[in-house]
Amino acid sequence: MKFGVIVFPGSNCDLDAYHLVRDVLGAPVEYIWHAERSVAGFDCLILPGGFSYGDYLRCGAIARFSPVMPAVVEFARRGGLVLGICNGFQILTEAGLLPGALYSNTSLQFRCRDTILRVENNDTPFTRGLPPGQLLSIPIAHGEGNYYVDPETLAQMEAKGQIVFRYADREGRITPDANPNGSVGNIAGVCNENRNVLGMMPHPERAGEALLGSTDGLLIFKSILEYWEGCR
Amino acid sequence: MKPEDWRIIGLRDNEYDLITKILGREPNQVELGMFGVMWSEHCSYKHSKAVLRTFPTTGPRVLQGPGENAGIVAIGDGLAVCFKIESHNHPSAIEPYQGAATGVGGIIRDIFTMGARPIAILDSLRFGTLDDSKVRYLFNGVVSGIAGYGNCIGIPTVGGEIYFDPCYQGNPLVCVMCVGLIETEKIRLGKATGVGNLVILAGARTGRDGMHGASFASEELSEASEEKRPAVQVGDPFMEKLLLEACLELIENGDLEGIQDLGAAGLTCAVSEMASRGGTGMEIELSKVPCREEGMTPYEIMIAESQERMLMVVTPEKEAKVHGVFQRWGLTSTTIGRVTADGLLRIKMHGQVVAEVPARSLAEDSPVYYPASAKPAYLERTAQLDLAAIPQPDDFNTVLLKLLSTPNLASKEGVWQQYDYMVRTSTVVRPGSDAAVLRIRGTQKALAMTTDCNARYVYLDPYAGGQIAVAEAARNVVCSGGEPLAITDCLCFGNPEKPEIYWQFRQAVEGISAACRALETPVTGGNVSFYNETKGEAIYPTPVIGMVGLLNDVTKACTLPFKAAGDLIVLLGESFDELGGSEYLAVIHGRVQGKPPALDLAKEKALHRVVLAAIGQGLVHSAHDLAEGGLAVAVAECLFEHEIGARLELDANGLRPDSLLFGESQSRVILSLSPENLPVLRELAVREEVPLAVIGRTGGDRFQIYVDGAPRVDLPVAQVKAAWQGAIPC
Repeated sequence: MKFGVIVFPGSNCDLDAYHLVRDVLGAPVEYIWHAERSVAGFDCLILPGGFSYGDYLRCGAIARFSPVMPAVVEFARRGGLVLGICNGFQILTEAGLLPGALYSNTSLQFRCRDTILRVENNDTPFTRGLPPGQLLSIPIAHGEGNYYVDPETLAQMEAKGQIVFRYADREGRITPDANPNGSVGNIAGVCNENRNVLGMMPHPERAGEALLGSTDGLLIFKSILEYWEGCR
Repeated sequence: MKPEDWRIIGLRDNEYDLITKILGREPNQVELGMFGVMWSEHCSYKHSKAVLRTFPTTGPRVLQGPGENAGIVAIGDGLAVCFKIESHNHPSAIEPYQGAATGVGGIIRDIFTMGARPIAILDSLRFGTLDDSKVRYLFNGVVSGIAGYGNCIGIPTVGGEIYFDPCYQGNPLVCVMCVGLIETEKIRLGKATGVGNLVILAGARTGRDGMHGASFASEELSEASEEKRPAVQVGDPFMEKLLLEACLELIENGDLEGIQDLGAAGLTCAVSEMASRGGTGMEIELSKVPCREEGMTPYEIMIAESQERMLMVVTPEKEAKVHGVFQRWGLTSTTIGRVTADGLLRIKMHGQVVAEVPARSLAEDSPVYYPASAKPAYLERTAQLDLAAIPQPDDFNTVLLKLLSTPNLASKEGVWQQYDYMVRTSTVVRPGSDAAVLRIRGTQKALAMTTDCNARYVYLDPYAGGQIAVAEAARNVVCSGGEPLAITDCLCFGNPEKPEIYWQFRQAVEGISAACRALETPVTGGNVSFYNETKGEAIYPTPVIGMVGLLNDVTKACTLPFKAAGDLIVLLGESFDELGGSEYLAVIHGRVQGKPPALDLAKEKALHRVVLAAIGQGLVHSAHDLAEGGLAVAVAECLFEHEIGARLELDANGLRPDSLLFGESQSRVILSLSPENLPVLRELAVREEVPLAVIGRTGGDRFQIYVDGAPRVDLPVAQVKAAWQGAIPC
């Protein structure tokens, strides 16, 4: 299984995703320059965190017009696995691959800290083998992670199992205090209806080694690998 | 030329005379402007140069000392660490967001200019007191500016320090340190070599922003300073991220002969320093410089401080390739001139020579001043401290809570959670411990890094304060498991033309030098920021020390919180009746008085050996140095992360209880460890003659201190933590 990490101008977590996949997960991985027009040969695409195009307009609003994006959209439509992390999540919503939008944190400040995620749906390629309700310690680092979607769409998403992660407290309760950015329903990550595209604000690639404080993020990457092997 | 012409840009009459002597004629307007910025205090170090030469700057590991864009120290495996600290005080005083942001941008460029990959940022910040709305504006603006730039460019902000004191009310200090990693064979210097090689300017277009920033930085702040807002540059971290990647790619492939960033004094500084270091000259055609606006004059183009620009020297064969790399990163790059043999900077506009001056004269030949120095009168007054006149507190619980909730000691999490301190996934010890620790990918090694300065000590005794700043930085590095390597310094003082200020400066430099010699941490560079005065009032002398240390085994990195109940709490070092200059004396008794605590550098070094051995042998669960607030505050800080209580039983040994709890005697460290490791630790301490006392045990949910059997402090950990956490509004 081959991973591709897309490098937009201003991506800055590309190295971290690349490193985790290659050195910790031990899977083949390559960078994909934003000017490429094809993603042929890749099995899972990662849109990494960062500040694509400086995020000077609206997060992800320019990156979604990158030359590589039509190929990403096509790849996703055909069922290819796409993981958008932080700025990557913002780009996926801008590109229409995921519903909703990401507003400024209610604090109006950037927040970098550990969060606890509760797994809401373990029937996705990204969360297989994780019991529903399992708690993962994975950090956030963003200024615009306040997920919003209109109530009607939200209800549909809930019904279809598209809410994948919520911010929770240590006991797994979904409380306002556990919500670091004001996201509706404490939502931290969502998938599309086909469940092959996941967007999440927390950084699983930062929680892949005990040395850095948590290995819970690695579970998501392992799940992707297991899913892929199960498909073959 | 009339005297107003040179005085208005900050040149003195004798300096103008020297310029005419160098040129053999009167300078024209462009040339005068170039001398004006290059001979400013900020660029020329004319008041500090003579004193800075006394720093110890060499050592077996030092590959590059002061004089280049940043210092470089070897760490084995063909790798080196490249680091520097710089101030951006004046810009931050009038435009805090952009002032701080461009401070971050500038120091990052200094690091990748050397060919190093920036891996971490630290910020040493000082403000007035938070009850002033202007100070809160400056504080929030500076923190947002650091976050805005650092988070976007993707370099983790991992540490630093923040102090509040009325002396910084109108003149905040914003010192930013950047640390980079480099393969020793890839080091690039800011030199223009090879006559006939081409000069390429890359990055942002040149605009009218930041005109005379260097000169503005070289005068005192006043009410009129607000009008100098246009002298503050505007940062574009996205542009810098692209520039960083493009430049490192070129350096990695060996495509550049020399490279230099454009910072203070803009193009003038870059061309004159590169040519001067290379012993060459340059011919530059200004009509080739991409400008943001129409009609910029040669004068403006030469001194504009537009950010995110780099100057490179390349061979003609590499020209097309270099432009190709910048183009791929979406950046503008233009060949604007070539290297010449005659040592002259010949600046042309559409073929017409508009300036012609020796490169060296700008970069090296500024006058060197030896200002008068005199011991400040205030020291007579502050040195008088009669401890007998200081009443003992009735209630130590209240004192402890009050100290922990003063902004200087309170939790800074509200600040650092606005910084991305984890990007690049190498941060092993996060902000909030004694020093940050970052692993070095592909090796077992790691770097520890910190910034430190207790300016109150320096104010009360500049020599001792300078020593303590270095010693504390080293102690912080050691408590994280790092062996101190070298320092960079950011020397912030008032107006050096005042003898009392210059005395502070000389004494502090001497103190720093003595400590650096004893602790074997040479000075590899830094900067000097004078004229930190508002309405004639100087800040405390504030020589900030940035230090980097090396861990050979990253898994040995140590942090300050207690990890387990039932551990022994051990105090290394000796406590004295030393309340002079303490936070306790200032906060509880309203006195900035006395002498700072005494420092014995040999004892300090011995302490380091014991702590490093204890951490290296895995004997301890935590290590924390004692600083502001003394023993009680230091132990309290160890309780918070895991909310583990502690019970201390102290012997006063004739000391006042307040000195024992809150005195700031130097060369002390708190360790926690399993009881079975105590004998080995004791052996290490005995061998180095470092006093060791078992002072208590971890456990429970209360913080209790008994002195000679009498209870002095007894509080729930949760209450102590709440006082510490909620103090700084962000």
